[in-house]
Amino acid sequence: MEIVRPQSHRNLFSPNDAVSVPTIPLYRSAPPLEVRLEDFESFAIDRLRILKGISDGMSRGKKPDEMEKLVKESWKVHMRHQHASEVLNKDIISHFVLRLVYCRTEDLRKWFLSMECALFRHRFRFLTTEAQRAIMDEFDLTCKAVSNVEFENIKEKLGQVARSMGQPSPTVDTIFYKVPFEEVPELVAGRKVFISQGYAYVAMNQVVSLVATLFRSQLSKTLILTNRKWTASIRDHEKHRLTPIVEALSSSYLGPDFSQPREYAEISLKDIDQVAKTSFPLCMRHLFDKLKEDHHLKHGGRMQLGLFLKGVGLNLDDALAFWRAEFSKKIGLEKFEKEYSYNIRHNYGKEGKRTDYTPYSCQKVISSTPGAGDQHGCPYRQFSEENLRAALSRMGVNSRAMEDVMDKVRNRHYQLACTLTFEALHGVTCDAGINHPNQYFSDSQKILQPKVD
Amino acid sequence: MIPQQESEFDIGYLKPYYGKLFPYADMFKWMSYGHDGKHPGCDQSYFGRREFSYTLKGDFYLRFQSFNSALELENSIKEKCPLKIDIGPVYTVDPAKRHAYAQGDNKVFTPVERELIFDIDMTDYDDVRYCCKGADVCLDCWPLMTIAIKVIDASLRDDFGFKHILWVYSGRRGVHCWVCDGKARRLTNEQRASIADYFRVYKGNENSHKKVSLMGAALHPFLATSYTNVLKDYFEKILLTNQNLLATEERYEKILSMIPDESIASELRGRWQDNNRRSSSAKENINVVRWEQCKQLLQSGKHKAQGLRRCVEEIVFFFTYPRLDMEVSKHMNHLLKAPFCVHPKTGRVCVPIDPNRCDEFDPTTVPTLFQLLEELNNEGLRADVNGEWSGTSLGSAVTLFRSSFLEPLLKACKEEIERSYSLKLQQSKNSIGCSSKR
Ligand code: SF4
Ligand SMILES: [Zn+2]
Repeated sequence: MEIVRPQSHRNLFSPNDAVSVPTIPLYRSAPPLEVRLEDFESFAIDRLRILKGISDGMSRGKKPDEMEKLVKESWKVHMRHQHASEVLNKDIISHFVLRLVYCRTEDLRKWFLSMECALFRHRFRFLTTEAQRAIMDEFDLTCKAVSNVEFENIKEKLGQVARSMGQPSPTVDTIFYKVPFEEVPELVAGRKVFISQGYAYVAMNQVVSLVATLFRSQLSKTLILTNRKWTASIRDHEKHRLTPIVEALSSSYLGPDFSQPREYAEISLKDIDQVAKTSFPLCMRHLFDKLKEDHHLKHGGRMQLGLFLKGVGLNLDDALAFWRAEFSKKIGLEKFEKEYSYNIRHNYGKEGKRTDYTPYSCQKVISSTPGAGDQHGCPYRQFSEENLRAALSRMGVNSRAMEDVMDKVRNRHYQLACTLTFEALHGVTCDAGINHPNQYFSDSQKILQPKVD
Repeated sequence: MIPQQESEFDIGYLKPYYGKLFPYADMFKWMSYGHDGKHPGCDQSYFGRREFSYTLKGDFYLRFQSFNSALELENSIKEKCPLKIDIGPVYTVDPAKRHAYAQGDNKVFTPVERELIFDIDMTDYDDVRYCCKGADVCLDCWPLMTIAIKVIDASLRDDFGFKHILWVYSGRRGVHCWVCDGKARRLTNEQRASIADYFRVYKGNENSHKKVSLMGAALHPFLATSYTNVLKDYFEKILLTNQNLLATEERYEKILSMIPDESIASELRGRWQDNNRRSSSAKENINVVRWEQCKQLLQSGKHKAQGLRRCVEEIVFFFTYPRLDMEVSKHMNHLLKAPFCVHPKTGRVCVPIDPNRCDEFDPTTVPTLFQLLEELNNEGLRADVNGEWSGTSLGSAVTLFRSSFLEPLLKACKEEIERSYSLKLQQSKNSIGCSSKR
């Protein structure tokens, strides 16, 4: 590993107080440490466990406070070290090892980036205000604090924003930071900040979004650089030592992978109407029915259903035939071939240079934002009560189960609502819960057509 | 209803239009963003990395066209005579040569700049207009587009600080918006999405009845400003009566269904059914009278419940607030029809709209191809220095494009090029100064 100076002295790490990790390193340069080969690997695996835990939690749709707890506990379990003073080193080393592991393709980088950022966010929240300030200093943020004069001028607007989120109006003591709106996309998207003339006014309690964005863009850039270094030199240089470890580590990533159809593969075109009735979750059933009805689906719907069908095991030729049969009824064969077939092939990785697209998880479906005319998204979240009831009774949910389902919906537990629907229709309990539309499908098929072997 | 003049359009008319009227030089200047100059800071490859695409007769698409000069652009359009020209992003490399660069995982061919665009289409408003449906528009529903322009334009300027914004009539039933500031062109997809979401108030889709939900004890300043400056007046003074929003039972039921308090809804229903039977005084517009009653009940002191306080606003938002096609704005590589194209169904030219005077814009008087060619014939071949369009009704459209959009834009671009050039000089000086350290 390259040897570089340690990070800035501002990392207020004191070896005697390792339990309440007082700050987070920003991983700006690789550690100047000698690392034993076993540590190299085992530290990385420990960190990977934490990141995977976060990934699972997110795909289960865990709420922020549940995530908070999950991260805190998993950090404590996996990052401990027999010498408390070594925790910071372990943190830094494990990060840099995984950076090597996950720099090598775009998909890996994407996953690593979002998990590390989620981890960073949660850890940032645990910090004392002082430690938070120190990190903000590192990102040159403290100088962007809004002056009292400026605050007085806009305090009414700041108050409006706070009240629109159900919070009390800020007082002079509340610190605001003025930054280009581009740096806080998530606060902009949620209208959680006042924006004027290109600047967003970020309150101290929102600063985590800002810092996380900066952390993210820093990490994203360095991942690309690491990738270059990896291909240019490290890989060959470390051929006998680190490279095999790095390569092995990456194949141990992520949870169940629905991009390749699994044991019940190969649903053929003629069965599809049948299995749609018995084994599609409501989100897919709705798209399927709409497609048959309108002979058209907008982009979001085509992606959601198309990738699901791929995961279910519909091969490319059948998929093309399926979409063609519907779309051509409305727009004609020629237009279909010109405008839509490309996309379907693309989803199967046949056109363009991209790797396979992966079917959407519940979390992704639920968080999508269908606009006017769109049919995708999770019906438990999107439908009006009336429409949802109608749709569920069409699926065959009886009135007793219906109330339980609606109850979950009202409390915004969409995946639980879907799980209860599954249980009502299949007459079994489903303890793992529904986390993925393709899991709904395969669990359903397992019950309906027990494997004969 | 606007006579859509479907029969008027004849592809044969496009040849003389592209031959004599289409403003190539202006389009080229715009898409060059100052890089066509002599300044050493100009990036001469800039225009050539922009994707254009054509829709030709017989629904034939040509994507990834690119040109190195105004003349190349002009010759190609004259030769191909496209029904529609779309403009895509600026890529890392010339899009026509993209295959040469497509190797492996490293994405050499990828979009790097693109205007921030918005597409607003009247078909998304079918549940709030009763005059026409689908592709048709008339002067009774067009105010919905005027509202969209006003709300979005004000926020782009005041909130986001953008200055170079072009609004264009889409030729039939909507408007397009191009935000062209350098800062806007360089936004990432995530940042684009955040702006689009900032503008979004509709939750869900056609499957949820109550589309707008405004929670919290106050409206966000952007929504509050839009409401008081635009939405409220347009709703009460124009749409309420234009669209007869409360005139029949079916229509008022739609509004009553948005009131969460059943007792208020049924009280209003009672009154309105009653005065359906009674011959109304005819003097006052029934929509206005009913709206006043509705507001009065909802805002009267005894119903200060949190949910009800927002209800009047929610109704107004539902019937007026802009409905954007989100996907178009969120991704850099979405194509959008070029201004000054001719809509193949209506024959109308996609002319710019002045956002400061958008309430005067009348889609029914936008020049059609047919009309332009007639004017051209009548004028004879009196070529003006400005181009032949100056003698036709396209003249004012091109003048507007130049004076309110292109000229200020190019001035800003020149300044930006100079600024970044001198910064670069400065940096290279510094790095030479430091190089001994390495
Ligand atoms: S919970 Fe998941 S599987 Fe069920 S409908 Fe929603 S997205 Fe589909
Ligand atoms: Zn109309």
